[in-house]
Amino acid sequence: MGGTPTDLKLIDENGLRLDGRRPDEMRPLKIDAGVLKRADGSAYVEWGLNKVMAAVYGPRECHPRHLQNPERALVQCHYNMASFSVDDRKRPGPDRRSHEISKIISEALTHVVFTEYFPRTSIDVYIEVLQANAGTRCAGLTAASVALADAGVPMRDLVASCAAGKVADTIVLDLAKEEDNFGQADMPMGYVPSTGDIVLLQMDGDLTQEEFDKALKMNIEACKKVHELQREALRRRYSQRPEVPEYAAGPEAKGVA
Amino acid sequence: MRVRQMDTSDSKESAREIVVPGDLLAITGKKAGPGTYSEGGKIYAAQMGIKQVRPDSISVVPLSGQYMPIGGDLVIGKIIDIGPSNWLVDINSPYPAPLHVNEVPWRVEFGETSKFMQIGDIVLLKIAGVDEVKRIGVSMQDHGLRKLTGGMVIEVSPSKVPRVIGKNGSMIQMLKNMTGCRVYVGQNGRIWIDGDLDNIIKAIQAIKMIEDEAHSLGLTEKVKKFLEEGSRKEA
Repeated sequence: MGGTPTDLKLIDENGLRLDGRRPDEMRPLKIDAGVLKRADGSAYVEWGLNKVMAAVYGPRECHPRHLQNPERALVQCHYNMASFSVDDRKRPGPDRRSHEISKIISEALTHVVFTEYFPRTSIDVYIEVLQANAGTRCAGLTAASVALADAGVPMRDLVASCAAGKVADTIVLDLAKEEDNFGQADMPMGYVPSTGDIVLLQMDGDLTQEEFDKALKMNIEACKKVHELQREALRRRYSQRPEVPEYAAGPEAKGVA
Repeated sequence: MRVRQMDTSDSKESAREIVVPGDLLAITGKKAGPGTYSEGGKIYAAQMGIKQVRPDSISVVPLSGQYMPIGGDLVIGKIIDIGPSNWLVDINSPYPAPLHVNEVPWRVEFGETSKFMQIGDIVLLKIAGVDEVKRIGVSMQDHGLRKLTGGMVIEVSPSKVPRVIGKNGSMIQMLKNMTGCRVYVGQNGRIWIDGDLDNIIKAIQAIKMIEDEAHSLGLTEKVKKFLEEGSRKEA
């Protein structure tokens, strides 16, 4: 990556972005719920070139014991990027960035989960980034809340998430990698549509008050769309059943479904 | 957060609606039942499940979730640790359940617990009580409660247990009659089956089928057909 290529035109003369999107256009988003058999709940999100998997275990006994809260459950999120998820190999293991993202996503999810129903337990959320292209924390949070609902964890609402930012002096929605790297600001957000609560808000770069308001508004609209896709993914999990159920089919039929 | 008996009557089944957390269920006038919460006079879904409207209340029957112990539940547990005066039992819930020597049908001297039950033993228990901080008491002192020997234990999602049992036990009764197996269904999603190996396999397949299609219509008929087909093949 390195260095800012001054000749890179992030927004062309027609007002379109590098990948042909309008400034207020989101990348295509695809969500699947219940993709992992061993986890209590899971979800897979493809958001543009981002590919993120989330798995939820629990509520289960909390270890180490000293972390237990006698009054409520602990939502513990573990965000991890696969070593092959970026262009240069990412050195595996937890680092400053993944600690930070784990913490803010845990806090965002704690806000919606009815933690008081499960005292002394821990609800573990694992987010694995398989392929990254800017906006993985939004994709991770989006996937994690679908996985939580899939696990049957009682919660107030699904958290939807999206980012907005400033690129070539224009406020744009859902930044892609080049826009994130060479743009002026990036502002990811987590939003609870039913209450209007903002459960995650970060900003990298500078925005004026007007720009901030515009980005926030754009984000809220986008989050509502994301939320609709999340609900649809969860409903699809139970309305669409495979044609040939596994117990009735031989091993050769399993690969087809 | 859990409804014990899933309504299996056909009249209600036509109006099945899957809801996800945050969905608005009712504006007002009804009680918020299990699986829901109310805020500002409105009732919302708290869990993913099937919406159930009753004359005075509205609830959500969950499609997934952990087992939450409730007093009086019949559960199948596994001994995971032994103390001088108690056994620690895994009951497939977020909380471990200590089984005290006073709660077993035998007279056990202090320190002699391991002479009666070993780690790995499977036991049929009753939840004696759950307090507000979710400390769990289990008991083996009731009719039919005992250590289970032989047979097999399988696990299904605890939210599917009402379907495995069926309305007034219809499904499980049919399963027992048609396979000739002895079956215990714990509320915690563990099912103990004993009988001929072929019949056990048949019963397990039928239970897996119930679990996979728990939310579909005419399930009892489907399972019956499946079991009948099997017995014809054997003949």
